[in-house]
Amino acid sequence: MNPVARTVLQRLGLGLVTLFIVSIIIFSAIAMLPGDFARAMLGQSATPETVAAFQREIGIDRPPVERYFVWVGQMLHGDFGSSFASRTGYRRTVAEIIAPRLYNTMFLASMTALIAVPLALGLGILAALYRNGWFDRLVNAVTLTTISFPEFFVAYMLAYLVISRDTFIGSEFAQSLPHWLALSLNWILNAVPKFPTLSNVNDQTPFWEHVWRVALPAITLTLVIVAHMMRMTRAAIINMLASPYIDMARLKGMSPMAIVLRHALPNAWAPIVTVVAFNLAYLVVGVVVVEVVFVYPGIGQLMVDAVKSRDVPVVQACALIFAATYILLNLTADVISIATNPRLLHPR
Amino acid sequence: MSESEYKLGIAQSLIGRGKISRRDFIHLGLAAGLTLTAADKLFVSTARAEPLQGGFAKLGMAHGATTDSIDPAGYLDTFTQTAFSGSMSNSLTEVDAKGNVQPDLAESFESSDGAKTWVFKLRKGATFHNGKNVTADDVVTSLRYHMGDETKSAAKPLLEPVASIKADGPETVLFTLKSGNADFPYIMSDYHLVIMPAKDGKADWGSGVRTGAFVLENFQPGVSAKLKRNPNYFKNGKPYLDEVEFIAITDLAARMAALSTGEVDYIGRADLKTLGMLKRNPKVEIVEVTGYGHYTLPMNVTMAPFDNPDVRMALKWAINRQEIVDKIFLGHATVANDNPIAPAIKFATNPQPQHSFDPEKAKHYLKKAGMEKLKVDLSVADAAFAGAVDAAALIRETAAQCGIDVNVVREAEDAYWDNVWLKKPWCASYWSGRATADWMFTQAFAADSSWNESFWKNPRFNELLVQGRAETDEAKRAAMYAEMQQLTHDDGGSIVLVFNNFVSAKSSKLAHGEVAPNWENDGLKMAERWWIATA
Repeated sequence: MNPVARTVLQRLGLGLVTLFIVSIIIFSAIAMLPGDFARAMLGQSATPETVAAFQREIGIDRPPVERYFVWVGQMLHGDFGSSFASRTGYRRTVAEIIAPRLYNTMFLASMTALIAVPLALGLGILAALYRNGWFDRLVNAVTLTTISFPEFFVAYMLAYLVISRDTFIGSEFAQSLPHWLALSLNWILNAVPKFPTLSNVNDQTPFWEHVWRVALPAITLTLVIVAHMMRMTRAAIINMLASPYIDMARLKGMSPMAIVLRHALPNAWAPIVTVVAFNLAYLVVGVVVVEVVFVYPGIGQLMVDAVKSRDVPVVQACALIFAATYILLNLTADVISIATNPRLLHPR
Repeated sequence: MSESEYKLGIAQSLIGRGKISRRDFIHLGLAAGLTLTAADKLFVSTARAEPLQGGFAKLGMAHGATTDSIDPAGYLDTFTQTAFSGSMSNSLTEVDAKGNVQPDLAESFESSDGAKTWVFKLRKGATFHNGKNVTADDVVTSLRYHMGDETKSAAKPLLEPVASIKADGPETVLFTLKSGNADFPYIMSDYHLVIMPAKDGKADWGSGVRTGAFVLENFQPGVSAKLKRNPNYFKNGKPYLDEVEFIAITDLAARMAALSTGEVDYIGRADLKTLGMLKRNPKVEIVEVTGYGHYTLPMNVTMAPFDNPDVRMALKWAINRQEIVDKIFLGHATVANDNPIAPAIKFATNPQPQHSFDPEKAKHYLKKAGMEKLKVDLSVADAAFAGAVDAAALIRETAAQCGIDVNVVREAEDAYWDNVWLKKPWCASYWSGRATADWMFTQAFAADSSWNESFWKNPRFNELLVQGRAETDEAKRAAMYAEMQQLTHDDGGSIVLVFNNFVSAKSSKLAHGEVAPNWENDGLKMAERWWIATA
């Protein structure tokens, strides 16, 4: 059997087992949380009777084991169930709640990936090419700086930059500066595009406006993930450059750029794609903080909301989606590693 | 933005405060490239804030969750309350900026039989968004939605005192109460009790068809709600805005940034810590009112040591409320005096003596209780109110000077109202306040209330509560409520720390009249009451 096909099948099988285990962990973790949906919804105004009426309607008065199997049964039929926010006659399915949020998350993740992955690879290759030179040091210093700040800090700083565009010249700080300096700083700030600090989009937002609205979150995330991918690219290539066949290429008289692109890079893909996959998974499951700062309706915020209000079906569905994302992206990374490595592709 | 435009912006904000003359303003306007008439017009429209028609306002709300629904059984926080109750719907009555009850969907109301029977006459010609007339049947069905065994409504306890509701012809609704209540019209102003059309004998909340100033156009739970003007609204000339969009911005810094960059025209619950920076922006104004809301520290008076009134008194004297106002709320709150009735409410008094930080008095009461030292646990989390944990830390310091060791227990924010409130002997709590003294006392201090957070059962207080409710003589009522407030102050188990201010911020292009203190966002009705003053 083709090794790629075998790996894919094997991994998918293991992935299903993992998902099953994850579902049990999630379900029991939520069952252990104090409070329930009815109480979370009614808050301070909960009375025993209203809470009981609420619990009966959404079915959380039944034992947890029964609820778990009902849920798994539904899942096997492709039905994610109904959110607890449903009311008699107005069913809100988990699928319809999650779908727009998942789309938004994927939109932001793809846009960030489109900027960050080529940027990281390009910078990594250049850094490897001019290693230990000033370019290498500069790129390393800048990317390490941006990754060292917590993401919310980067996000707030970017938002503040956009705000300063309008308010800087009137601020006390600007007044205290020499006039020419204040004016030129103001000129630089005005060169910053007036990105929206509020990324609220809905299903009626046109495509290009959506792109414009997510500019700041995408830049924030790019700054956060570039360093990891860039440094792995650089390290993997430099590692290859020490091999004898590279010396051979050099003796042939090939240009350094050609050596890196034609000889070093093809053999360095495996570690690079692993790191890229890891970062892409992070873009899907780990960006809740950035979503909150820019008020972007993504799936991370949805899950936090759902945990707060104990809307169990939504939490479970989100958790499963997150787990599946990790499994699939890691699988993809492995497949690419095999496909780019002839020794793995054609084992003796 | 050019420099002259910027100066014009500042000048515009000065007009309202009367700090710039018309002549000077026009001068600046000309410099910024306006024509003489345009500059003059701008001055007049800013100075004489006559409501103007038209425009689109984006309002940033401090709440919003994916579980939000237009179902009035919920309306948990300011997003749903402002967007769906205050803008889209009407109750029978409303509370004005002076704190008085006014007819809303009802045209008039009167009581008989010692305030036990109430007759509400509906407004003629009021219609639902779909053109159907509002009838007494709709009112009865809508209110019954919050009553009975199967209801999931948070407003159920409010309607507990109602014995029966009957339609008497198409325009009259008859209420019979279990006992007299002179303040019943206030209760009808509650934001849950909106009028919905009756469909097959049930209240039809799901269609979103209501009577209010705005019609729902698009709603994405936890994200935004867009509403457009109801052209057939029964209040003359209102609303002024053509369109409003409510945007859920739960993150404090994001909210402040959104207003600074002009992404939204208004934000609820501004960040007190960075308010100073926001004020520097000439295009932003702060809106601040002292509401009815208050932060309390209820002690369970059925448990030792709080069952001893002298211990309660010692604690009341061991707290430096002014310091808490200054340090935790940065001045955006008013010192309270263990009386939950806000000064703006009818019949409010200020019981004497004013409780303040006095180690001598605290020690005196402690000695009277037969104790030298006292050790108590105070359970807090910021879920009770923002700043509760910090306030508890200050209390710990001041109480230590009175020989009281307050052990601050930091509780989980999650499920605070389930596990801590009404369960721990001494904890922190929040009340958004009620429009009348009777309503507040009935919910949080009456012996039989399930929210009697201090389990305080003072016989004289409860006797007065029932008498005062049915009393229609104003002077007698005032005396009764004064005595009740004195009782909660002297004997009650709730330490009322401060009344919190509603601090919000708006773009200078939005204008409004006097802001109502009964709820946030101008009594939740900002969309109906506010307008855009300049383009």
